[in-house]
Amino acid sequence: MEKSAFPFLPETDAFRYGYSVPTVAIDVAYVAGLARLRLSPEEIETFGNQLEQVLAYVKKLEEVDVQDVVLVGEEKGFQNRLRPDRALPELSTNEALENAPQRGSGLFLVPRILE
Amino acid sequence: MTYEAVIGLEVHVQLKTETKLFCGCRNEFGAEPNSHVCPVCLGLPGALPVPNEEAVIKTILTGLMMGSSIRARAKFDRKNYFYPDMPKNYQISQYDQPLCLEGGVNLPVLAFPKDAQKEEQALAGKRVRLVRIHLEEDVGKSFHLENCSGIDFNRAGTPLMEIVTEADLTTPEEAFALLTTIREILRYGKVSDVDMEKGQLRCDVNISVRPVGTEAFGTKREIKNLNSISAVRRALKHEIQTQIHLVSSGGTVVQQTLRWDDARGETIPMRTKEQAHDYRYFPDPDLLPIRTEGRLRTEAERRMPELPETKKGRLCQTYGLSEYQASVLASDPPLAEYFEEAARSTRHPLPLANLVLNDYLALRQEDPGQVPVPAEYLGELADLQSEGTLNSRQTREVLAILIQTPRPPKEIAKERGLTQISDSQVLEAFCREAISANPKSVADFKGGKSAAINALKGFVMKKTRGQANPQRIHELLESLLREP
Repeated sequence: MEKSAFPFLPETDAFRYGYSVPTVAIDVAYVAGLARLRLSPEEIETFGNQLEQVLAYVKKLEEVDVQDVVLVGEEKGFQNRLRPDRALPELSTNEALENAPQRGSGLFLVPRILE
Repeated sequence: MTYEAVIGLEVHVQLKTETKLFCGCRNEFGAEPNSHVCPVCLGLPGALPVPNEEAVIKTILTGLMMGSSIRARAKFDRKNYFYPDMPKNYQISQYDQPLCLEGGVNLPVLAFPKDAQKEEQALAGKRVRLVRIHLEEDVGKSFHLENCSGIDFNRAGTPLMEIVTEADLTTPEEAFALLTTIREILRYGKVSDVDMEKGQLRCDVNISVRPVGTEAFGTKREIKNLNSISAVRRALKHEIQTQIHLVSSGGTVVQQTLRWDDARGETIPMRTKEQAHDYRYFPDPDLLPIRTEGRLRTEAERRMPELPETKKGRLCQTYGLSEYQASVLASDPPLAEYFEEAARSTRHPLPLANLVLNDYLALRQEDPGQVPVPAEYLGELADLQSEGTLNSRQTREVLAILIQTPRPPKEIAKERGLTQISDSQVLEAFCREAISANPKSVADFKGGKSAAINALKGFVMKKTRGQANPQRIHELLESLLREP
Protein backbone atom coordinates (compact mmCIF):
# COMPACT_ATOMS: atom_id res chain seq x y z
CA MET A 1 0.00 0.00 0.00
CA GLU A 2 1.15 3.52 -0.74
CA LYS A 3 2.32 5.88 1.92
CA SER A 4 -0.66 7.56 3.50
CA ALA A 5 -1.83 10.97 2.48
CA PHE A 6 -3.20 11.25 6.02
CA PRO A 7 -0.17 11.38 8.32
CA PHE A 8 -2.32 12.00 11.41
CA LEU A 9 -3.62 8.42 11.33
CA PRO A 10 -1.85 5.88 13.58
CA GLU A 11 0.91 3.80 12.00
CA THR A 12 -0.51 0.49 13.16
CA ASP A 13 0.24 -2.77 11.35
CA ALA A 14 -3.33 -3.03 10.20
CA PHE A 15 -3.10 0.44 8.76
CA ARG A 16 0.33 -0.07 7.24
CA TYR A 17 -0.49 -3.30 5.47
CA GLY A 18 -4.05 -2.42 4.77
CA TYR A 19 -5.43 -5.85 5.56
CA SER A 20 -8.50 -4.71 7.39
CA VAL A 21 -9.22 -1.32 5.88
CA PRO A 22 -12.97 -1.49 5.31
CA THR A 23 -14.62 -0.03 2.24
CA VAL A 24 -17.50 2.40 2.50
CA ALA A 25 -19.77 3.02 -0.43
CA ILE A 26 -20.80 6.60 -1.02
CA ASP A 27 -23.25 7.95 -3.56
CA VAL A 28 -21.35 11.04 -4.64
CA ALA A 29 -23.86 12.11 -7.26
CA TYR A 30 -26.66 12.11 -4.67
CA VAL A 31 -24.67 13.99 -2.02
CA ALA A 32 -23.51 16.50 -4.64
CA GLY A 33 -27.17 17.00 -5.56
CA LEU A 34 -28.05 17.75 -1.94
CA ALA A 35 -25.20 20.25 -1.80
CA ARG A 36 -26.29 21.84 -5.10
CA LEU A 37 -22.92 21.00 -6.69
CA ARG A 38 -22.64 20.25 -10.40
CA LEU A 39 -20.00 17.53 -10.96
CA SER A 40 -18.79 15.92 -14.18
CA PRO A 41 -18.80 12.09 -14.36
CA GLU A 42 -14.99 12.17 -14.07
CA GLU A 43 -15.20 14.31 -10.95
CA ILE A 44 -17.79 12.00 -9.46
CA GLU A 45 -15.40 9.12 -10.02
CA THR A 46 -12.38 10.95 -8.57
CA PHE A 47 -14.16 12.40 -5.53
CA GLY A 48 -15.91 9.12 -4.96
CA ASN A 49 -12.64 7.26 -4.65
CA GLN A 50 -11.10 9.91 -2.45
CA LEU A 51 -14.10 10.18 -0.14
CA GLU A 52 -14.39 6.44 0.19
CA GLN A 53 -10.76 6.32 1.22
CA VAL A 54 -11.30 9.01 3.85
CA LEU A 55 -14.37 7.27 5.22
CA ALA A 56 -12.58 3.95 5.28
CA TYR A 57 -9.87 5.43 7.47
CA VAL A 58 -12.42 7.07 9.75
CA LYS A 59 -14.26 3.77 10.02
CA LYS A 60 -11.18 2.33 11.65
CA LEU A 61 -12.18 4.29 14.74
CA GLU A 62 -14.71 1.55 15.32
CA GLU A 63 -11.83 -0.72 16.25
CA VAL A 64 -10.77 1.51 19.14
CA ASP A 65 -11.74 0.19 22.54
CA VAL A 66 -13.93 2.91 24.06
CA GLN A 67 -15.30 0.91 26.95
CA ASP A 68 -13.67 3.13 29.56
CA VAL A 69 -14.05 6.38 27.65
CA VAL A 70 -16.50 8.79 29.23
CA LEU A 71 -18.89 10.63 26.92
CA VAL A 72 -18.46 14.42 26.78
CA GLY A 73 -20.84 15.85 29.33
CA GLU A 74 -20.76 12.73 31.45
CA GLU A 75 -17.38 13.35 33.01
CA LYS A 76 -17.07 14.33 36.65
CA GLY A 77 -17.16 18.05 37.27
CA PHE A 78 -18.54 18.82 33.79
CA GLN A 79 -19.58 22.46 33.52
CA ASN A 80 -22.07 23.83 31.00
CA ARG A 81 -20.55 26.36 28.63
CA LEU A 82 -23.31 28.91 28.31
CA ARG A 83 -23.55 32.65 27.83
CA PRO A 84 -25.62 35.12 29.88
CA ASP A 85 -28.36 36.82 27.83
CA ARG A 86 -26.50 40.11 27.38
CA ALA A 87 -25.90 42.02 24.17
CA LEU A 88 -22.40 42.11 22.67
CA PRO A 89 -20.98 44.38 19.94
CA GLU A 90 -22.37 43.73 16.46
CA LEU A 91 -21.08 44.44 12.97
CA SER A 92 -22.29 47.53 11.16
CA THR A 93 -24.61 46.86 8.22
CA ASN A 94 -21.88 48.09 5.92
CA GLU A 95 -19.29 45.70 7.35
CA ALA A 96 -21.77 42.84 7.25
CA LEU A 97 -22.50 43.39 3.56
CA GLU A 98 -18.86 43.75 2.54
CA ASN A 99 -18.63 40.15 1.30
CA ALA A 100 -22.04 40.14 -0.35
CA PRO A 101 -22.01 39.13 -4.01
CA GLN A 102 -24.57 41.90 -4.54
CA ARG A 103 -26.30 44.26 -2.14
CA GLY A 104 -29.24 46.63 -2.17
CA SER A 105 -31.37 48.43 0.49
CA GLY A 106 -29.24 46.86 3.22
CA LEU A 107 -29.99 43.32 1.95
CA PHE A 108 -27.83 40.54 0.61
CA LEU A 109 -29.05 40.03 -2.96
CA VAL A 110 -29.03 36.46 -4.25
CA PRO A 111 -30.53 34.63 -7.26
CA ARG A 112 -34.29 34.54 -6.92
CA ILE A 113 -35.52 31.92 -4.43
CA LEU A 114 -38.44 29.76 -5.48
CA GLU A 115 -41.07 28.99 -2.91
CA MET B 1 -67.91 5.66 3.71
CA THR B 2 -67.08 8.37 6.23
CA TYR B 3 -63.56 9.60 6.68
CA GLU B 4 -61.71 11.14 9.59
CA ALA B 5 -58.66 13.36 9.58
CA VAL B 6 -55.46 12.69 11.50
CA ILE B 7 -53.57 15.87 12.31
CA GLY B 8 -50.23 16.59 13.96
CA LEU B 9 -48.71 20.02 14.55
CA GLU B 10 -45.20 21.42 14.69
CA VAL B 11 -45.42 24.74 16.50
CA HIS B 12 -42.52 27.17 16.22
CA VAL B 13 -42.29 29.85 18.89
CA GLN B 14 -39.87 32.75 19.01
CA LEU B 15 -38.49 33.05 22.51
CA LYS B 16 -38.41 36.36 24.34
CA THR B 17 -34.72 37.00 24.90
CA GLU B 18 -32.46 40.01 24.78
CA THR B 19 -30.02 38.34 22.38
CA LYS B 20 -29.76 35.56 19.79
CA LEU B 21 -29.32 31.86 20.56
CA PHE B 22 -25.61 31.47 19.84
CA CYS B 23 -24.25 35.03 19.77
CA GLY B 24 -24.72 38.36 21.54
CA CYS B 25 -26.57 40.13 18.69
CA ARG B 26 -29.86 41.69 19.69
CA ASN B 27 -33.05 39.71 19.17
CA GLU B 28 -35.15 42.64 17.97
CA PHE B 29 -38.06 42.67 15.53
CA GLY B 30 -38.36 45.41 12.94
CA ALA B 31 -34.81 46.81 13.07
CA GLU B 32 -33.00 48.07 9.93
CA PRO B 33 -32.07 45.05 7.77
CA ASN B 34 -28.77 43.38 8.67
CA SER B 35 -28.18 45.70 11.61
CA HIS B 36 -28.09 42.91 14.26
CA VAL B 37 -25.49 40.60 12.82
CA CYS B 38 -22.00 39.32 13.68
CA PRO B 39 -19.57 36.67 12.40
CA VAL B 40 -21.43 33.92 14.29
CA CYS B 41 -24.91 34.49 12.86
CA LEU B 42 -23.51 35.32 9.41
CA GLY B 43 -21.75 31.95 9.40
CA LEU B 44 -18.31 33.44 8.78
CA PRO B 45 -15.44 30.94 8.97
CA GLY B 46 -13.91 30.39 12.40
CA ALA B 47 -16.75 31.94 14.40
CA LEU B 48 -17.87 29.80 17.33
CA PRO B 49 -21.40 29.58 18.78
CA VAL B 50 -22.03 29.76 22.55
CA PRO B 51 -25.59 28.96 23.72
CA ASN B 52 -27.68 31.60 25.46
CA GLU B 53 -28.63 30.21 28.88
CA GLU B 54 -31.86 32.22 28.98
CA ALA B 55 -33.17 30.41 25.87
CA VAL B 56 -32.29 27.05 27.43
CA ILE B 57 -34.06 27.96 30.69
CA LYS B 58 -37.18 29.13 28.83
CA THR B 59 -37.34 25.87 26.87
CA ILE B 60 -37.01 23.82 30.06
CA LEU B 61 -39.71 25.98 31.69
CA THR B 62 -42.02 25.30 28.73
CA GLY B 63 -41.40 21.59 29.18
CA LEU B 64 -42.25 21.86 32.88
CA MET B 65 -45.46 23.79 32.12
CA MET B 66 -46.52 21.13 29.60
CA GLY B 67 -45.66 18.14 31.75
CA SER B 68 -42.70 17.00 29.66
CA SER B 69 -39.80 15.00 30.97
CA ILE B 70 -36.72 17.21 31.05
CA ARG B 71 -33.73 15.30 29.74
CA ALA B 72 -30.65 15.35 31.98
CA ARG B 73 -28.40 15.61 28.93
CA ALA B 74 -29.29 17.41 25.71
CA LYS B 75 -27.21 18.23 22.67
CA PHE B 76 -27.27 20.29 19.49
CA ASP B 77 -27.06 18.87 15.97
CA ARG B 78 -26.54 20.30 12.54
CA LYS B 79 -29.42 20.04 10.10
CA ASN B 80 -27.85 20.38 6.68
CA TYR B 81 -29.62 22.10 3.84
CA PHE B 82 -28.80 24.71 1.28
CA TYR B 83 -30.94 27.78 1.19
CA PRO B 84 -29.85 31.42 1.19
CA ASP B 85 -31.71 32.26 4.43
CA MET B 86 -29.25 30.05 6.36
CA PRO B 87 -25.72 31.34 5.78
CA LYS B 88 -23.88 28.39 7.37
CA ASN B 89 -25.63 25.88 5.05
CA TYR B 90 -26.87 24.17 8.18
CA GLN B 91 -29.24 25.09 10.94
CA ILE B 92 -28.30 24.29 14.54
CA SER B 93 -31.17 22.27 15.96
CA GLN B 94 -31.69 19.28 18.24
CA TYR B 95 -32.14 15.86 16.69
CA ASP B 96 -32.05 12.80 18.95
CA GLN B 97 -31.42 14.44 22.33
CA PRO B 98 -33.84 17.38 22.69
CA LEU B 99 -34.30 19.25 25.96
CA CYS B 100 -37.84 17.95 26.59
CA LEU B 101 -39.64 14.74 25.68
CA GLU B 102 -43.34 13.90 25.84
CA GLY B 103 -45.88 15.86 27.89
CA GLY B 104 -49.33 17.02 26.87
CA VAL B 105 -51.89 19.82 26.77
CA ASN B 106 -55.60 19.67 27.74
CA LEU B 107 -58.09 21.47 25.52
CA PRO B 108 -60.60 23.53 27.54
CA VAL B 109 -64.00 24.38 26.03
CA LEU B 110 -63.32 28.10 25.83
CA ALA B 111 -60.14 27.57 23.82
CA PHE B 112 -62.28 26.37 20.91
CA PRO B 113 -63.58 28.84 18.34
CA LYS B 114 -66.78 30.51 19.62
CA ASP B 115 -68.99 28.83 17.02
CA ALA B 116 -67.78 25.37 18.10
CA GLN B 117 -67.96 25.72 21.88
CA LYS B 118 -71.28 23.93 22.16
CA GLU B 119 -70.12 20.97 20.07
CA GLU B 120 -69.21 17.59 21.49
CA GLN B 121 -65.58 17.95 20.45
CA ALA B 122 -65.22 21.07 22.59
CA LEU B 123 -66.87 19.49 25.61
CA ALA B 124 -64.75 16.32 25.43
CA GLY B 125 -61.82 17.80 27.38
CA LYS B 126 -59.31 16.09 25.11
CA ARG B 127 -55.64 15.76 25.98
CA VAL B 128 -53.16 16.17 23.14
CA ARG B 129 -49.85 14.41 23.72
CA LEU B 130 -46.54 16.00 22.82
CA VAL B 131 -43.65 14.18 21.19
CA ARG B 132 -40.94 16.65 22.14
CA ILE B 133 -39.90 20.26 22.63
CA HIS B 134 -36.57 21.36 21.27
CA LEU B 135 -34.53 24.49 20.75
CA GLU B 136 -33.09 25.64 17.43
CA GLU B 137 -32.03 28.79 15.64
CA ASP B 138 -34.39 30.70 13.38
CA VAL B 139 -33.39 31.48 9.81
CA GLY B 140 -33.06 34.84 8.06
CA LYS B 141 -35.89 36.60 6.33
CA SER B 142 -36.09 36.64 2.55
CA PHE B 143 -37.80 39.21 0.37
CA HIS B 144 -38.74 38.18 -3.12
CA LEU B 145 -37.90 40.93 -5.56
CA GLU B 146 -38.47 40.94 -9.28
CA ASN B 147 -35.21 39.46 -10.51
CA CYS B 148 -33.57 38.36 -7.30
CA SER B 149 -34.19 37.75 -3.61
CA GLY B 150 -32.95 39.92 -0.73
CA ILE B 151 -31.90 38.48 2.61
CA ASP B 152 -32.01 40.11 6.03
CA PHE B 153 -30.10 38.11 8.65
CA ASN B 154 -31.42 39.95 11.72
CA ARG B 155 -33.66 36.98 12.51
CA ALA B 156 -30.99 34.40 11.64
CA GLY B 157 -29.80 32.74 14.83
CA THR B 158 -32.59 34.03 17.08
CA PRO B 159 -33.94 31.36 19.47
CA LEU B 160 -36.83 29.33 18.12
CA MET B 161 -38.54 26.65 20.16
CA GLU B 162 -40.34 23.83 18.39
CA ILE B 163 -43.21 21.96 20.03
CA VAL B 164 -44.12 18.74 18.20
CA THR B 165 -47.44 17.06 18.94
CA GLU B 166 -48.53 13.48 18.38
CA ALA B 167 -51.08 13.05 15.57
CA ASP B 168 -53.82 13.18 18.22
CA LEU B 169 -55.96 15.87 16.58
CA THR B 170 -58.89 15.09 14.33
CA THR B 171 -60.53 18.43 13.51
CA PRO B 172 -59.50 21.98 12.54
CA GLU B 173 -61.25 23.22 15.70
CA GLU B 174 -59.11 21.01 17.92
CA ALA B 175 -56.00 22.41 16.24
CA PHE B 176 -57.34 25.91 16.89
CA ALA B 177 -57.98 25.08 20.56
CA LEU B 178 -54.53 23.54 20.98
CA LEU B 179 -52.80 26.62 19.60
CA THR B 180 -54.93 28.94 21.74
CA THR B 181 -54.05 26.91 24.83
CA ILE B 182 -50.35 26.76 23.99
CA ARG B 183 -50.31 30.51 23.42
CA GLU B 184 -51.85 31.16 26.82
CA ILE B 185 -49.42 28.84 28.62
CA LEU B 186 -46.42 30.45 26.92
CA ARG B 187 -47.63 33.91 27.93
CA TYR B 188 -48.08 32.75 31.51
CA GLY B 189 -44.50 31.52 31.61
CA LYS B 190 -43.28 34.79 29.97
CA VAL B 191 -41.53 32.50 27.50
CA SER B 192 -42.75 34.44 24.47
CA ASP B 193 -45.15 37.29 23.72
CA VAL B 194 -46.58 35.03 20.99
CA ASP B 195 -47.38 38.07 18.86
CA MET B 196 -48.84 36.68 15.64
CA GLU B 197 -48.33 39.94 13.75
CA LYS B 198 -44.61 39.63 14.37
CA GLY B 199 -44.60 35.99 13.34
CA GLN B 200 -43.73 34.83 16.85
CA LEU B 201 -45.85 31.72 16.42
CA ARG B 202 -45.65 29.77 13.17
CA CYS B 203 -47.05 26.38 12.56
CA ASP B 204 -46.55 23.43 10.21
CA VAL B 205 -49.42 20.94 10.02
CA ASN B 206 -49.40 17.31 8.87
CA ILE B 207 -52.71 15.95 7.64
CA SER B 208 -53.92 12.61 6.39
CA VAL B 209 -57.37 11.05 6.16
CA ARG B 210 -58.59 7.49 6.69
CA PRO B 211 -61.94 5.70 6.82
CA VAL B 212 -63.45 5.98 10.31
CA GLY B 213 -62.65 2.90 12.34
CA THR B 214 -59.42 1.99 10.56
CA GLU B 215 -56.02 2.11 12.23
CA ALA B 216 -53.58 2.60 9.34
CA PHE B 217 -52.62 6.16 8.48
CA GLY B 218 -53.27 7.56 5.03
CA THR B 219 -50.55 9.37 3.08
CA LYS B 220 -49.90 12.68 4.75
CA ARG B 221 -49.41 16.10 3.26
CA GLU B 222 -47.73 18.98 5.06
CA ILE B 223 -48.76 22.63 5.03
CA LYS B 224 -45.87 24.83 6.06
CA ASN B 225 -45.54 28.17 7.74
CA LEU B 226 -49.05 29.08 8.82
CA ASN B 227 -48.81 32.25 10.83
CA SER B 228 -52.14 32.70 12.52
CA ILE B 229 -54.39 30.44 14.56
CA SER B 230 -57.43 31.14 12.39
CA ALA B 231 -55.40 30.48 9.22
CA VAL B 232 -54.51 27.05 10.63
CA ARG B 233 -58.21 26.32 11.04
CA ARG B 234 -59.06 27.50 7.51
CA ALA B 235 -56.14 25.69 5.87
CA LEU B 236 -56.97 22.42 7.67
CA LYS B 237 -60.62 22.63 6.73
CA HIS B 238 -59.69 23.12 3.09
CA GLU B 239 -57.06 20.37 3.05
CA ILE B 240 -59.26 17.79 4.81
CA GLN B 241 -62.06 18.39 2.30
CA THR B 242 -59.61 18.14 -0.59
CA GLN B 243 -58.15 14.84 0.65
CA ILE B 244 -61.52 13.27 1.45
CA HIS B 245 -62.84 14.30 -1.94
CA LEU B 246 -59.77 12.78 -3.60
CA VAL B 247 -59.83 9.50 -1.70
CA SER B 248 -63.58 8.95 -1.89
CA SER B 249 -63.56 9.47 -5.64
CA GLY B 250 -61.00 6.72 -6.06
CA GLY B 251 -57.83 8.82 -6.18
CA THR B 252 -54.73 8.66 -4.01
CA VAL B 253 -53.08 11.36 -1.94
CA VAL B 254 -49.52 12.08 -3.05
CA GLN B 255 -47.06 13.11 -0.33
CA GLN B 256 -46.42 16.80 -0.80
CA THR B 257 -45.39 19.96 0.94
CA LEU B 258 -47.85 22.79 0.54
CA ARG B 259 -48.10 26.46 1.18
CA TRP B 260 -51.39 28.09 2.22
CA ASP B 261 -52.63 31.17 0.40
CA ASP B 262 -54.98 32.63 2.97
CA ALA B 263 -56.35 35.37 0.72
CA ARG B 264 -57.35 32.91 -2.01
CA GLY B 265 -58.23 30.11 0.37
CA GLU B 266 -56.19 27.45 -1.39
CA THR B 267 -53.03 25.38 -0.99
CA ILE B 268 -50.14 25.63 -3.43
CA PRO B 269 -47.45 22.94 -3.77
CA MET B 270 -43.97 24.18 -2.81
CA ARG B 271 -41.39 23.67 -5.50
CA THR B 272 -38.17 23.75 -3.52
CA LYS B 273 -36.56 21.35 -1.12
CA GLU B 274 -37.70 18.30 -3.14
CA GLN B 275 -34.59 16.50 -2.06
CA ALA B 276 -33.90 18.45 1.04
CA HIS B 277 -35.61 16.01 3.34
CA ASP B 278 -32.30 14.24 3.67
CA TYR B 279 -30.91 16.62 6.24
CA ARG B 280 -27.90 14.49 7.19
CA TYR B 281 -28.11 15.41 10.86
CA PHE B 282 -24.97 15.07 12.90
CA PRO B 283 -23.85 16.37 16.31
CA ASP B 284 -22.51 19.91 16.14
CA PRO B 285 -18.84 19.58 17.08
CA ASP B 286 -18.69 23.28 18.01
CA LEU B 287 -21.11 22.82 20.90
CA LEU B 288 -20.85 20.88 24.12
CA PRO B 289 -23.84 18.95 25.40
CA ILE B 290 -26.01 20.66 28.00
CA ARG B 291 -26.63 19.20 31.44
CA THR B 292 -29.95 20.40 32.72
CA GLU B 293 -29.86 19.26 36.35
CA GLY B 294 -28.67 21.86 38.79
CA ARG B 295 -28.91 25.55 38.07
CA LEU B 296 -30.78 25.45 34.74
CA ARG B 297 -33.54 23.23 36.03
CA THR B 298 -33.74 24.96 39.42
CA GLU B 299 -34.09 28.33 37.73
CA ALA B 300 -36.85 27.01 35.43
CA GLU B 301 -38.66 25.54 38.44
CA ARG B 302 -38.38 28.84 40.31
CA ARG B 303 -40.14 30.59 37.40
CA MET B 304 -42.94 28.06 37.18
CA PRO B 305 -46.20 30.12 37.19
CA GLU B 306 -49.64 29.09 38.36
CA LEU B 307 -50.94 27.59 35.12
CA PRO B 308 -54.11 28.86 33.36
CA GLU B 309 -56.13 25.74 34.19
CA THR B 310 -55.17 25.88 37.86
CA LYS B 311 -55.90 29.59 38.02
CA LYS B 312 -59.35 29.19 36.46
CA GLY B 313 -60.23 26.45 38.93
CA ARG B 314 -59.04 28.51 41.87
CA LEU B 315 -60.93 31.66 40.76
CA CYS B 316 -64.16 29.65 40.51
CA GLN B 317 -63.60 28.01 43.90
CA THR B 318 -62.43 31.02 45.86
CA TYR B 319 -64.74 33.71 44.52
CA GLY B 320 -67.68 31.72 43.19
CA LEU B 321 -67.12 32.99 39.65
CA SER B 322 -68.62 31.32 36.61
CA GLU B 323 -66.31 29.35 34.37
CA TYR B 324 -66.66 32.04 31.72
CA GLN B 325 -65.71 34.85 34.13
CA ALA B 326 -62.75 32.84 35.42
CA SER B 327 -61.57 32.17 31.86
CA VAL B 328 -61.75 35.80 30.82
CA LEU B 329 -59.77 36.82 33.91
CA ALA B 330 -57.28 33.98 33.45
CA SER B 331 -56.65 34.97 29.85
CA ASP B 332 -55.36 38.35 31.09
CA PRO B 333 -52.97 37.66 34.00
CA PRO B 334 -52.46 41.33 35.02
CA LEU B 335 -56.25 41.80 35.10
CA ALA B 336 -56.68 38.63 37.16
CA GLU B 337 -54.08 39.91 39.60
CA TYR B 338 -55.88 43.25 39.82
CA PHE B 339 -59.18 41.51 40.44
CA GLU B 340 -57.71 39.40 43.24
CA GLU B 341 -56.18 42.45 44.88
CA ALA B 342 -59.53 44.26 44.71
CA ALA B 343 -61.29 41.17 46.02
CA ARG B 344 -59.36 41.52 49.30
CA SER B 345 -61.30 44.69 50.08
CA THR B 346 -64.81 43.60 49.27
CA ARG B 347 -67.41 41.35 50.83
CA HIS B 348 -68.93 40.74 47.38
CA PRO B 349 -66.43 39.19 44.96
CA LEU B 350 -69.02 38.11 42.39
CA PRO B 351 -70.47 41.62 41.79
CA LEU B 352 -66.87 42.83 41.80
CA ALA B 353 -66.07 40.42 38.97
CA ASN B 354 -69.01 41.83 36.98
CA LEU B 355 -67.82 45.35 37.69
CA VAL B 356 -64.29 44.52 36.53
CA LEU B 357 -65.26 42.49 33.48
CA ASN B 358 -68.02 44.76 32.22
CA ASP B 359 -67.67 48.34 33.34
CA TYR B 360 -64.00 48.61 34.22
CA LEU B 361 -62.83 46.88 31.03
CA ALA B 362 -65.15 49.00 28.87
CA LEU B 363 -63.96 52.25 30.43
CA ARG B 364 -60.34 51.14 30.25
CA GLN B 365 -60.67 50.47 26.54
CA GLU B 366 -62.26 53.85 25.88
CA ASP B 367 -59.48 55.69 27.64
CA PRO B 368 -56.22 53.77 27.56
CA GLY B 369 -54.22 56.71 28.90
CA GLN B 370 -56.00 56.76 32.25
CA VAL B 371 -54.35 56.52 35.66
CA PRO B 372 -54.65 53.16 37.39
CA VAL B 373 -57.42 52.93 39.96
CA PRO B 374 -56.17 51.54 43.30
CA ALA B 375 -57.65 48.07 43.56
CA GLU B 376 -59.15 48.60 47.00
CA TYR B 377 -61.35 51.43 45.65
CA LEU B 378 -62.86 49.02 43.16
CA GLY B 379 -63.51 46.58 45.99
CA GLU B 380 -65.25 49.29 48.01
CA LEU B 381 -67.31 50.30 45.01
CA ALA B 382 -68.50 46.71 44.64
CA ASP B 383 -69.64 46.87 48.30
CA LEU B 384 -71.52 50.15 47.76
CA GLN B 385 -73.36 48.61 44.84
CA SER B 386 -74.03 45.22 46.39
CA GLU B 387 -75.24 46.68 49.64
CA GLY B 388 -77.75 48.92 47.91
CA THR B 389 -76.09 52.30 48.43
CA LEU B 390 -75.59 52.79 44.67
CA ASN B 391 -77.57 51.42 41.78
CA SER B 392 -75.75 50.17 38.68
CA ARG B 393 -76.03 53.45 36.79
CA GLN B 394 -74.65 55.38 39.76
CA THR B 395 -71.91 52.79 40.16
CA ARG B 396 -70.78 53.39 36.59
CA GLU B 397 -70.89 57.13 37.19
CA VAL B 398 -68.65 56.81 40.25
CA LEU B 399 -66.33 54.47 38.37
CA ALA B 400 -65.96 56.97 35.53
CA ILE B 401 -64.91 59.66 38.04
CA LEU B 402 -62.71 57.17 39.87
CA ILE B 403 -60.79 56.52 36.65
CA GLN B 404 -60.20 60.26 36.13
CA THR B 405 -59.19 61.12 39.69
CA PRO B 406 -58.86 58.18 42.03
CA ARG B 407 -60.43 58.87 45.43
CA PRO B 408 -62.40 56.66 47.82
CA PRO B 409 -65.70 55.89 46.04
CA LYS B 410 -67.70 56.80 49.15
CA GLU B 411 -66.37 60.36 48.93
CA ILE B 412 -67.26 60.62 45.25
CA ALA B 413 -70.78 59.33 45.85
CA LYS B 414 -71.28 61.83 48.68
CA GLU B 415 -69.95 64.82 46.71
CA ARG B 416 -72.17 64.06 43.77
CA GLY B 417 -75.16 63.36 45.93
CA LEU B 418 -75.22 59.91 44.48
CA THR B 419 -76.91 57.73 46.95
CA GLN B 420 -79.56 55.34 46.13
CA ILE B 421 -82.91 55.79 47.83
CA SER B 422 -83.78 52.47 49.35
CA ASP B 423 -85.92 53.83 52.16
CA SER B 424 -89.30 52.15 51.64
CA GLN B 425 -91.37 55.02 53.07
CA VAL B 426 -89.77 57.57 50.79
CA LEU B 427 -90.06 55.28 47.78
CA GLU B 428 -93.64 54.38 48.54
CA ALA B 429 -94.65 58.03 48.36
CA PHE B 430 -93.06 58.30 44.90
CA CYS B 431 -94.77 55.08 43.78
CA ARG B 432 -98.18 56.27 44.87
CA GLU B 433 -97.59 59.51 42.97
CA ALA B 434 -96.68 57.48 39.86
CA ILE B 435 -99.87 55.46 40.14
CA SER B 436 -102.17 58.45 40.46
CA ALA B 437 -100.41 60.33 37.63
CA ASN B 438 -100.55 57.43 35.12
CA PRO B 439 -104.03 55.94 35.15
CA LYS B 440 -103.59 54.45 31.66
CA SER B 441 -100.51 52.41 32.59
CA VAL B 442 -102.25 51.28 35.74
CA ALA B 443 -105.25 50.12 33.71
CA ASP B 444 -102.98 48.34 31.21
CA PHE B 445 -101.17 46.54 34.00
CA LYS B 446 -104.38 45.48 35.63
CA GLY B 447 -105.62 44.36 32.22
CA GLY B 448 -102.74 41.85 32.03
CA LYS B 449 -99.95 43.86 30.34
CA SER B 450 -97.25 43.31 32.91
CA ALA B 451 -94.74 45.38 30.89
CA ALA B 452 -96.84 48.49 31.67
CA ILE B 453 -95.16 48.61 35.05
CA ASN B 454 -92.02 49.91 33.32
CA ALA B 455 -93.70 53.21 32.54
CA LEU B 456 -94.44 53.63 36.25
CA LYS B 457 -90.87 52.71 37.18
CA GLY B 458 -89.59 55.25 34.69
CA PHE B 459 -91.77 57.91 36.33
CA VAL B 460 -90.27 57.20 39.75
CA MET B 461 -86.69 57.11 38.40
CA LYS B 462 -87.29 60.49 36.73
CA LYS B 463 -88.74 62.01 39.90
CA THR B 464 -85.83 60.74 41.99
CA ARG B 465 -83.29 61.71 39.33
CA GLY B 466 -82.26 58.09 38.98
CA GLN B 467 -81.47 57.59 42.62
CA ALA B 468 -84.14 55.11 43.46
CA ASN B 469 -83.30 51.47 43.95
CA PRO B 470 -84.96 49.93 40.87
CA GLN B 471 -85.38 46.55 42.51
CA ARG B 472 -87.22 48.08 45.48
CA ILE B 473 -89.49 50.24 43.24
CA HIS B 474 -90.47 47.19 41.26
CA GLU B 475 -91.43 45.30 44.38
CA LEU B 476 -93.29 48.29 45.84
CA LEU B 477 -95.21 49.05 42.65
CA GLU B 478 -96.24 45.45 42.27
CA SER B 479 -97.62 45.21 45.77
CA LEU B 480 -99.37 48.61 45.52
CA LEU B 481 -100.98 47.67 42.21
CA ARG B 482 -102.20 44.38 43.63
CA GLU B 483 -103.96 46.21 46.48
CA PRO B 484 -107.70 45.90 46.05
